[in-house]
Amino acid sequence: MNGANMIIKMLIREKTNVTFGFPGGAVIPLFDAFLEHKDKIKNVLVRHEQGAAHAAEGYARASGKAGVCIATSGPGACNLVTGIADAYMDSVPIIAFGGQVPTTLIGNDAFQETDMMGITLPITKHNFQIRNANKIAETIMKAFKIAQSGRPGPVYIDLPKDIQVEEVTEPIPRDVAIPGFKLTIKPNPVQIKLAVEAILNSERPLLLVGQGVVISNAHKELREFVNLTKIPVTTTFMGKGVFDERHPLSLGTVGMHGRKIANYATLNADLLIAIGCRFSDRITGNLKTYAENAKIIHADIDPAEIGKNVEVDIPIVGDAKEVLIALINTIKKKTIKEKEGWINKIKRYKQICDGCVPLHKTKKIHPRVVMSNINKIMKPDDIVVTGVGQHQMFAGHFIKCSKPRTFISSGGAGTMGFGLPAAIGAKVAKPSSNVFLIDGDGSFQMTIQELGTIKEENIKIIPIIMNNSYLGMVRQWLELFLGKRYSNVYLGRTPDFVKVAEAYGLEGIRVERESELEPAIKKAISNDVTTIIDVQVEEEVNILPMLAPGGHLKDAFGGCMPAPGKFFERE
Amino acid sequence: MKERRNVIAMLVEDQPGVLTKIAGMFARRGFNIDTITVGKTITPGISKMVITVFGDDKTVEQVKKQINKLINTIKVIEMPEERSVIRELCLVKIAIPNKKAKEDILRYTKIYKTKIVDITPKSVTAELVGVPAKIDAFIELMKQFGIREISRTGVTAISRG
Repeated sequence: MNGANMIIKMLIREKTNVTFGFPGGAVIPLFDAFLEHKDKIKNVLVRHEQGAAHAAEGYARASGKAGVCIATSGPGACNLVTGIADAYMDSVPIIAFGGQVPTTLIGNDAFQETDMMGITLPITKHNFQIRNANKIAETIMKAFKIAQSGRPGPVYIDLPKDIQVEEVTEPIPRDVAIPGFKLTIKPNPVQIKLAVEAILNSERPLLLVGQGVVISNAHKELREFVNLTKIPVTTTFMGKGVFDERHPLSLGTVGMHGRKIANYATLNADLLIAIGCRFSDRITGNLKTYAENAKIIHADIDPAEIGKNVEVDIPIVGDAKEVLIALINTIKKKTIKEKEGWINKIKRYKQICDGCVPLHKTKKIHPRVVMSNINKIMKPDDIVVTGVGQHQMFAGHFIKCSKPRTFISSGGAGTMGFGLPAAIGAKVAKPSSNVFLIDGDGSFQMTIQELGTIKEENIKIIPIIMNNSYLGMVRQWLELFLGKRYSNVYLGRTPDFVKVAEAYGLEGIRVERESELEPAIKKAISNDVTTIIDVQVEEEVNILPMLAPGGHLKDAFGGCMPAPGKFFERE
Repeated sequence: MKERRNVIAMLVEDQPGVLTKIAGMFARRGFNIDTITVGKTITPGISKMVITVFGDDKTVEQVKKQINKLINTIKVIEMPEERSVIRELCLVKIAIPNKKAKEDILRYTKIYKTKIVDITPKSVTAELVGVPAKIDAFIELMKQFGIREISRTGVTAISRG
């Protein structure tokens, strides 16, 4: 068996039945080997390698399994870089294969040679260059292990062309040891005891839940913990969906465009129980004043996240699921005093928050109306994927998710163009779920070529483009922080997305009135082919409320919520 | 918080690119490597790296955690001065401006227990082993004669007991 066949065989062994890739000179042997294993694995041929990387991310985020993408050497592998960086920021397990010039030519500036080991070094959890066909099996086993365990992340594997054709002479090892790869899964009981004491003694506790809880599949434990302790729950943008957002104790997302109730609760809490999150600047605003009244418990599987951004009172290293189980088991033996005052305040204020309607009438459709229509139609197992920009923050704020892995968006990196390919990956992973792609006209155009993939592979998603002819998020910043000095944010005459859809052999519907929204979405769901809904939204609408970067949580402005003074005496 | 010099030792896999990975991590996270030394250990395939880094306790804690996260790192150990033997080797080439100076130089090199490894009519090269502070002091003292060149290895360390 040659190296290329060994690679495919190992992928199959790692339970990969689909990859996303684009061929080229340095990976011809690898793609050739796909033909030998047609019944077990297939490659989705994307139109641009960036699409392959994001599709692998979408696949991984929806399924929990590592996504695999493949590109040729040089420019091909370089095009994966944005997706790899995105996966690194959002802890997404992907295995990215890049072709490489033959080992004999490495370092000679050969045709399509790029030092991908150097380029991917700071944006991967780990990277490998395979210089011997006998190392293929071991390396791929290690790569999957590293990508999928602990805090997941991308692994890049450089594949020189000659090792793909070289004969493999050694058997596949049974197991691989990675001496430098140690994980703390079970939390330290002493820390759990301290945490439980703090929880029992707190008057105004609050949960802050991040993607770590999604990754460790701890949503059930989280629900049990909340039902047991009656502690209100906020999630980070990346944690969205891990806790049913229609649950009475759910306050929604926190942060820059999070819900005011969530931010105010953070500010007024005397105990913040943070699990599986990393306190990014988009969550905390000013670190000095963040949750200043609260003692902080921070549980994470990555010790380097604890104490990195905020000072932590009770650090817990461990897997989110194990931490929650330990907390539940310890708390069960104790009596929890009711925190009625705190809960009632939160519930009353939350009610006002939920009842908010757009403040001003707009000529064209308001983005919030699009969100409420999607909320009406969406089923619990349906998946929302977004691009990056205002539409993404509208979705993060207003879409109600009830299950983990149903909200997929580029959080840490904020990669425009993420949406369409990630939606493809999500749909491939979950063919029975409707996949809604909420995108902006700017973001959508960055990876628009993947419509070709959609047509060719017969993938049906529901793209809803919030078309405002602007790069809306930057425009909003220019309006709010630079006195409307608009520079390079007007896209002008964006293409007719209905015609674009038709050009790709898909369908399109243009929506100009609110009343057309629901029928359009329903038609897109029932259609056999992907049907792009081009929603003409009001051009200069801001996503509010908003917390200025580095600002104090109490200074989040806009939105229709009244000041919470009468609900919280402390601010 | 107070900034100080911290010595951190680590065992790493002896593979191509490992040094780049560690140095790269320092660069992109804004940590300043003061010195770095690498050498083989008695276990084949494993190297020992010793770095010194300036920073407060919080920074050092982050440095240690981030090094630990690298897959090629097997172990990270902080080497506090009171519980470790810390040494650096330095070669100093000192100018000899006149005969009187030469006598002074040789006297000082004796006090500092250095080894003279090269001598010409115009310069003396001394080899000095010690803690970085001792080397700093010697260099400071030699400045009056004029230092042609120095070459320091960076710190290496081993725990006591």
